[in-house]
Amino acid sequence: MRDIHGYYLRLALRSVARTPWISALMVLAIGLGIGACITTLTVYHLLSGDPLPQKSSRIFYPQVDPETSTFVRRDPPDLMDYTSAVDLWKSERADRQAVMTNSPLKILPTGAGTTAFDAPSLETTHDFFPMFDVPFQYGGPWSVADDTARAQVAVISKSLNDRLFGGGNSVGHMLPLAHGAVRIVGVLKHWRPAPMFFEVLAGRYSHGDTSGFYVKAPQVYLPFFTGMQLNAGHFQVFTCWKIPTDTVNLENQPCDWVSLWVQLDTAAKAQAYHRYLVDYSDQQRALGRFTHPTNVRLMDLMQWLAYNRVVPSDVHMQTILAWAFLAICLVNVAGLLLTKLLRRSSEYGVRRALGASRKAIFAQCLWEALVIGLLGGLLGLLLAVAGLWMVRQQPVAYADLAQPDPRMLALTVGLALLASVAFGLWPAWRASRISPAQQIKAP
Amino acid sequence: MSVRPILAALRRHKIAAFLIVLEIALAFAIVSNAVYLVIGRLQRVDLPSGIDERNLVLLQLATAGKQNGSVASAQTDLAALRAIPGVESASAINTLPLSSSQWALDYSLRPMRVFSDGVQVPVFFGGPELLQTLGIRVIQGSAFQPSDYSDLSPKDVFKAFVNARQALITQAFAQRLWPHASAVGKVMYMGETPVLVVGVVSNIIRPYISADAHDPANCYGVISPFRAGPDLNAWYALRCRPAECARVLKAGAAKLQAMHPTETLNAQESFTHMRQRYFRDDRSMAWLLLSTVIALLGVTAIGIVGLASFWVQQRTRQIGVRRALGARRVDILRYFQTENFLLATAGIVLGCAAAIGINVWLMAHYAVPRLPVIYLPLGALLLWGLGQLAVLGPALRAARVAPTVAMRTA
Repeated sequence: MRDIHGYYLRLALRSVARTPWISALMVLAIGLGIGACITTLTVYHLLSGDPLPQKSSRIFYPQVDPETSTFVRRDPPDLMDYTSAVDLWKSERADRQAVMTNSPLKILPTGAGTTAFDAPSLETTHDFFPMFDVPFQYGGPWSVADDTARAQVAVISKSLNDRLFGGGNSVGHMLPLAHGAVRIVGVLKHWRPAPMFFEVLAGRYSHGDTSGFYVKAPQVYLPFFTGMQLNAGHFQVFTCWKIPTDTVNLENQPCDWVSLWVQLDTAAKAQAYHRYLVDYSDQQRALGRFTHPTNVRLMDLMQWLAYNRVVPSDVHMQTILAWAFLAICLVNVAGLLLTKLLRRSSEYGVRRALGASRKAIFAQCLWEALVIGLLGGLLGLLLAVAGLWMVRQQPVAYADLAQPDPRMLALTVGLALLASVAFGLWPAWRASRISPAQQIKAP
Repeated sequence: MSVRPILAALRRHKIAAFLIVLEIALAFAIVSNAVYLVIGRLQRVDLPSGIDERNLVLLQLATAGKQNGSVASAQTDLAALRAIPGVESASAINTLPLSSSQWALDYSLRPMRVFSDGVQVPVFFGGPELLQTLGIRVIQGSAFQPSDYSDLSPKDVFKAFVNARQALITQAFAQRLWPHASAVGKVMYMGETPVLVVGVVSNIIRPYISADAHDPANCYGVISPFRAGPDLNAWYALRCRPAECARVLKAGAAKLQAMHPTETLNAQESFTHMRQRYFRDDRSMAWLLLSTVIALLGVTAIGIVGLASFWVQQRTRQIGVRRALGARRVDILRYFQTENFLLATAGIVLGCAAAIGINVWLMAHYAVPRLPVIYLPLGALLLWGLGQLAVLGPALRAARVAPTVAMRTA
């Protein structure tokens, strides 16, 4: 009795071998369904993940409404004007705070045969690096004093360091820019937050086409006020609520273009900060700088990502489609298995007549489903690896993220078992209800 | 062929019958929606841009850190580019259809105090050569006079840009503003600034288009009388004969690089290539959906063949008896075909409801338009056909059952 299930397993394998075509079709259908599901689930999981798992609940994105037009938004704008962002940053009410904006930065490498190129850059303040746990290979962030002193320094990414300095320790070297050189104080290790959360915004205007949120991190990091001088005229403006009088120096313009991120280590501090935002907005209204009703938000990192619907709708759609496909495969395999099992009705009749219980027939049939399901799972795993390879060949920003994942294996086994039960239960139950008398009577 | 005996037989095979109905219903629901999505994507991919795509190559100097990208330098560049043999016309244009970088303003029929009200429309400008280079036709009214044009620079772009007093508008936008009258000579407003419509031009599509290819807003556009330079991210668009475009592009890139040795070329491609780049997500999604549909129909067909073969085998004796009692082969064949037709019909009815349900859900959550009713009968025909095809083999096998089987196995 101990290895009765081993016996069923052998029977199942023999049955699979006896009907190779129909078994192969079943395995193929299950494999296709599982392969599609694992591929899309892996991509979905990678794209919907937490880019800062150790501390995302302590990272917040404050929003205020600084606009003065007659049109009042329901939600505050996705970015702040310069004055509000810098005021809030200077107040240092949070455990850590960093203002930031981004721009393409022209780099002019010296040496023969080199041409100028644009590197995506982030203009931010010291706290950016410790707040987001940015890993350093050489050197470190610039100092807090460098922020306000407009120090001519920069931190560069691993990829830029590889390109310009062959991966060596470039701390102390100069980074040649179009408008003067800056001294490199730090070189990052490989850093690939997905999505690049600190530049996520305006997701709800993107109609689901959000794959741009998964681009690689910037290559150059400049102190915010240094960057203001060096790269004036190249900053991305989210929106202007009045016609700006100057589009190069944006400091005093009626435009939203600076973001502020803060770290608040306890719930009480987060509450206090929210209150502080309300107070700030009320005060600015009293001063006449704000005219809209006070409307502040303080979402944490994951709330901000959800608000911006970061997972592209094509990825959603593919995931849904994969599940629907698996469901159809299961129904069809259930049909095939039913016919396969019932064709052997007389065999079960004989076994029943010889004393096998309904439970035993049921178990035997379920084992057969299990064997097909697991073979399908194996095929599905191979197809998923191939599917992820295909995703990596796609021209999308997140292509490089679609790597096979050890958790895929567990997921496949789980899905294969679930699928076996889903398509095997009914046929097995049906086979176990066969009346022995009727079957042995037939030749 | 009487249907009643078939129904009676089906009542004795509830599970198998139910499975076939379910298979067809699921396939119908998914396939009709997936095919609709594929067609939507393909319609986007095929959307005419309204410009002479095959005659156009593009060059763009890099965006950042430019000091000498003014309109004057653009004029020098364009003069050099026009000297290349095969270039019919050249223009420095702020943005192009499907270029993914949009300059847009809000226009309305009345002065607006609110900045972000009205209809958002992309604004194109690129000097007097723009219309000829892109192949845009003036349908009503006239093009701008040469003296109407002024230069834009990054310093004053916003002030000047929003204060354009004249415009050419596309046919689609003219229809939107004045559906029953000619737009020429009428006034629309950008904020509180009145803008005179001097002419209506043939439709061109936006730098970004919406998910729905039929959205008329895709063809809204305004052309303003400005000249632009590389400091405003202008593209150099060169018009050439299709056969010569590859050579023109190469020569143009080399010339531009020689004139600006420290600048990088951000882009050097044909418009056709830019278009392909714009739609590559749509194309890969269409292929993915299409392969899923094919795999799904294949799996469903296999499922039907399996169940039908099983039935035929189970009823061999019954078939033999019918044959012995005088039923012809064609009667047996018809029996199984009718049976499959009935099951498919039940599946299609169920599937219709599910297809509409899925579509309603997709509409609520994603930018998917309403499923046109025509997809339902087309999907029904497809699945009826698939069912008949799948059942043909097993039914023919059934028809070959000899009458003697009834006696042998009884």
